[in-house]
Amino acid sequence: MTGTIVKAINVHKKFAGREVLRGVDLEVRNGEVLCILGPSGSGKSTLLRCLNHLESVDDGVVWIDGQIIGYVLRDGTLKELPARKVRRQQREIGMVFQHFNLFPHMTALENVIEGPVTVRKEPRASAIARAEKLLASVGLAERRDAYPAQLSGGQKQRVAIARALAMNPKVMLFDEPTSALDPELVGEVLDVMRELAASGTTMIVVTHEIGFAREVADRVAVMVDGEIREMGPPAEVLANPTDARVRSFLARVLA
Amino acid sequence: MALEAAAGSQRVEVEALRQRSYKIVRLRHPGRWLAGAVVLALLALLVQAFAHGQIQWKLVGQFLTADVILRGFGITLLISALAMLLGLSLGTTFAIMRLSANPVTRFVAWLYVWIFRGTPVLLQLLVWFNIALVFPRIIIPGVFEGRTVDIVTPFIAALLGLGINEGAYMTEVVRGGINSVDHGQTEAANTLGMSRFQTLRRIILPQAMRLIVPVLGNSAIGMLKTSSLAAAISCTEMLNAAQQVYFVNGAVIELLFVCAIWYLAATTVLSIGQYFIEKRYGKGTSQARSRSSFKLPFGLGSAGTPALEKAQ
Ligand SMILES: Nc1ncnc2c1ncn2[C@@H]1O[C@H](COP(=O)(O)OP(=O)(O)OP(=O)(O)O)[C@@H](O)[C@H]1O
Ligand SMILES: [Mg+2]
Repeated sequence: MTGTIVKAINVHKKFAGREVLRGVDLEVRNGEVLCILGPSGSGKSTLLRCLNHLESVDDGVVWIDGQIIGYVLRDGTLKELPARKVRRQQREIGMVFQHFNLFPHMTALENVIEGPVTVRKEPRASAIARAEKLLASVGLAERRDAYPAQLSGGQKQRVAIARALAMNPKVMLFDEPTSALDPELVGEVLDVMRELAASGTTMIVVTHEIGFAREVADRVAVMVDGEIREMGPPAEVLANPTDARVRSFLARVLA
Repeated sequence: MALEAAAGSQRVEVEALRQRSYKIVRLRHPGRWLAGAVVLALLALLVQAFAHGQIQWKLVGQFLTADVILRGFGITLLISALAMLLGLSLGTTFAIMRLSANPVTRFVAWLYVWIFRGTPVLLQLLVWFNIALVFPRIIIPGVFEGRTVDIVTPFIAALLGLGINEGAYMTEVVRGGINSVDHGQTEAANTLGMSRFQTLRRIILPQAMRLIVPVLGNSAIGMLKTSSLAAAISCTEMLNAAQQVYFVNGAVIELLFVCAIWYLAATTVLSIGQYFIEKRYGKGTSQARSRSSFKLPFGLGSAGTPALEKAQ
């Protein structure tokens, strides 16, 4: 179970001619937790969105568990996959958004079963049974019939995590899952993520929570200007960064 | 001192406040009462004028429930309902086409809206009515063949004209509704692996409804009235029926008033329905209520709903 599950090679991404990712290389092993830190605008969200093909890469490849994401390799060239096949790949990759993006017209439970029932055609009864367990595991068993508008930010984010987990993803991507939360609600979401990590879920987490990264991450990557400048065990990277820009960034956030 | 001047009121020392409870006398509005009285007086004059004018009110009463009129009213309601349905389906289809990634599809949808929103409905009705001049026969090879005049009856022409025209407006309404849904919803659906169609049906359209449904009420009221244009292409809806009667008996105004009463009755019922639907769907988009404590029930008599402008 320690094989590579996510690998990104030389990923480039441009927006309107401006290079936002300039050749990112990444490798994540099964069950590993990687935290990505970096200043605002350094391309962290864009990198995550390239991993699950919410954005297409301009150069390089993203490989997840035996498949090239968004493309098929034939005779040395990458051919774009039809939307239907991309969706099939995307459902194996869970994503948790900064602003939750829960479906507001569905209850917590309906949010969680939406993927299994609509996409994977799982029988409703079994989807509900699993969803109830998932909601219980994020501490929201009794809120199953609440609509997102009736939930606190922390509760919404925990439902969003349950919704992503309901698809049994091979890897979970988190894009600043606690940044939109009131400070007193951050803890409950981080607790859920801590448990997930302990259960062996592969996680790539973009976060500003240095404490969480130090404690939970197997490795930490620091992005600056569309590149990963530093990557390694948190103790090393956070304590003795070699890159000057990384050092000044960490000095600012650790202060 | 500045505060006192700005407030323009008498200065009260804090020691003057001795009681725990005061009787409060509300501000009177003599101006409002006066204006109300003037308007009522003018209204009374108007009513009196009509009551003593050259109108045979008895005829109005008689024809209100005459068979021809009731049958015409039935056709008015039927045409309006069917044209709304056609408009809504066309609107949804073309709105989705307008948001498609395919430039050809987008262009066709744009063209549809451009043509049918840019020309008068009456003209469109006349074109459908006379379509046989362009296509004398309708032929679907191996399935169907017939003379156009037999198929495109005045009723069908009215239905096509009104429905297709409504569809052009509905396209913009539905498009506005779809665009109002946060893009994060689509992204969340994508990460669950939902197809474009599933995303639209399960996630986007249900949320777009919040914006679309309140507008439907206005459209339905508009449609009910616009359907009277079908009288011009000899479709025997209510106004046409009334015309046929007054060409014979000469009671022009009486029969027009009969129609007016039925239109008012129908639009009133729709307004009441719209009031309840808006209360359910239009949270935050319904108009600011007048602050007066005099309120007609169901929002009648309030200013027009701004929902339509918002959606367009
Ligand atoms: N869809 C887009 N179109 C144009 N520019 C974009 C788009 N998405 C991101 N960018 C730009 O790319 C750069 C990197 O953005 P990204 O969101 O990846 O940064 P980030 O590291 O996640 O920052 P933050 O910490 O603020 O979330 C930014 O300068 C941003 O303005
Ligand atoms: Mg970001």
